[in-house]
Amino acid sequence: MNILVTGILLSGTYALIALGLTLQYGVARIMNLGNGETLVAACFVAFWLYTGLAINPLVGLLLIAPAAFLINWAIYAVALRPLVKRAKNRGQLEADSILATFGLLFLLQGLMIIGFGGDYHSYTFLAQRFDILGNSYGLNRVVAFAAAAAIAAGLWFFLYRTRQGTAMRAVAVDPGSANLVAIDVARTAAVAFALGGALTACGGALISTFYTFNASMGVVFTMKALIIVIMGGVGDVRGAVLAAVILGLSETLVASLVDPGLTLAATYMLFILVLLFRPQGIFGRAPT
Amino acid sequence: MTGFNLEETRNLALGTLAVGVAALLPVFDQGFYLAICVNIMLYAALCTAWSLFSGPTHLVSLATAAFYGLGTYSVGLGIDTLPYPVLVAIAAASGAVLAGLVGAMTLRISGVYFVIFTFGLAEFVRQVVTWLQTKFATAIGLYVFTDITESQIYWMLLALTAAVFLTGFLIARSTLGFALQIIGNDETVARHVGIDTARAKIVLFMISGAFIAIAGAIMAPRYSYIEPPSAFNPMISFLVVIMALLGGTRRLWGPLVGVIPFTIMMDFVSSRFPNHTMIVVGLAFLVIVYLIPNGVTGLIENARARMKGADTVAREKTA
Repeated sequence: MNILVTGILLSGTYALIALGLTLQYGVARIMNLGNGETLVAACFVAFWLYTGLAINPLVGLLLIAPAAFLINWAIYAVALRPLVKRAKNRGQLEADSILATFGLLFLLQGLMIIGFGGDYHSYTFLAQRFDILGNSYGLNRVVAFAAAAAIAAGLWFFLYRTRQGTAMRAVAVDPGSANLVAIDVARTAAVAFALGGALTACGGALISTFYTFNASMGVVFTMKALIIVIMGGVGDVRGAVLAAVILGLSETLVASLVDPGLTLAATYMLFILVLLFRPQGIFGRAPT
Repeated sequence: MTGFNLEETRNLALGTLAVGVAALLPVFDQGFYLAICVNIMLYAALCTAWSLFSGPTHLVSLATAAFYGLGTYSVGLGIDTLPYPVLVAIAAASGAVLAGLVGAMTLRISGVYFVIFTFGLAEFVRQVVTWLQTKFATAIGLYVFTDITESQIYWMLLALTAAVFLTGFLIARSTLGFALQIIGNDETVARHVGIDTARAKIVLFMISGAFIAIAGAIMAPRYSYIEPPSAFNPMISFLVVIMALLGGTRRLWGPLVGVIPFTIMMDFVSSRFPNHTMIVVGLAFLVIVYLIPNGVTGLIENARARMKGADTVAREKTA
């Protein structure tokens, strides 16, 4: 029971990070391998806001999310749009965007290592007990989960209940046809990329409230987010949320029952199962 | 297989000559230059082996560190019980098996799954190896004491590089090479003319993985102490991608053009500015994507094609 609740609490933030990536890959068609660095940067900003200016991380989200939106918009406009224009087909764009975002990954990571060093950072926020069904958990974890759930619900409302969100889903399905029904595909892709970055940054700010972080841990989170996205099906919000819960649970299970050093190995086993049995994602339809 | 034509005979002769010249290096220097040439030769072997697969298929493999680590571990685990050449053979076999498993799982589906899978593969294998060692062995590290000298390592790497080149040369002449050329140009066409595209890619990935594992096995005596974080260092994968793409993968010798300057530069950067290596690697990726997408050899070929084009235009004008 303890493991179950811990796993679910952890999966809230995983879901946000993966939703960010699924928007960037599903709609904007950019496989952003520098996604984890956005997360780490948000961790450091939240840390700095809290320890330097005594701003509550939840309030800090109101600053971090718009900032991440603008920065990711700029990254898309400056660095990635030329690649989209250059690409002759989707395969080439995938290869190019993977290499370009690798470049961004190392550049950002290198800058953060110079700026903050390789040490682990953390701060104490809401480190109180919170009881769920007889067991106690950190209040910061519970709050982070609640905030993540609220943000994910907001995203669902945007995607399924507004015109802009519907346009975004249309681009995810088929950019060519979306263009025919007067959707500005280029602009929608840019917004999706920026929104994805903002979601990931929110995940980062929330994770920093209960997790020790350092400048070089981004890659691990990118890896987890990628596996969640594939497990849930690219561009699928429900799938990503469910996959995040599965991943959070299995990670907590393996860490507490087998060995904490095997968390990534656990996610990899899930990845292998998905590849073998449902490569199109949990809710995905088999390709015709 | 048919006989060699004139150009192929010339290439073989040139290659043999180059190997002969390179083999003389340890006679002249045993210190700094030999050390850096061991690195160059290592990356020459790794990048050329990487390009065997990633060149024609255009799939970026990040599994190099996993194969390499597997190779060093094969030697580290067996050095006290088995003769060294047997261990090298085991390394090659385990590299091929791992490549075969990864290939069978991902290459049948789509390219991007392959890239993502290889992205974390080294870390996955590292975690499993660390866990097995803490569970079943007493220490995490392994000692490798041999009487293999630096010069011998250099010669073995040279022989390996030559073997990779020869393999690439022979593949290009074979049916597999012909199939890969079609796959590289248009995979749908390849499938329609009856090529088992997944099988061709898996076979190629296994060859590439085996060579990379051998490189790890050769380097193991140089480390003398092997532990998971250094054997499965993910940086190896990224450096190999950069160097190979910098040189260009259209020609067999393309990666070599990237390996030599980049190894020297990385050696300089990591000794003078150790904190800035990440930034250099990041910038290198960006430069390759935006400025030289086909590598240096691609630039040379384009320039040559343009000159030829200018030549014919000029000749047409005079005629």
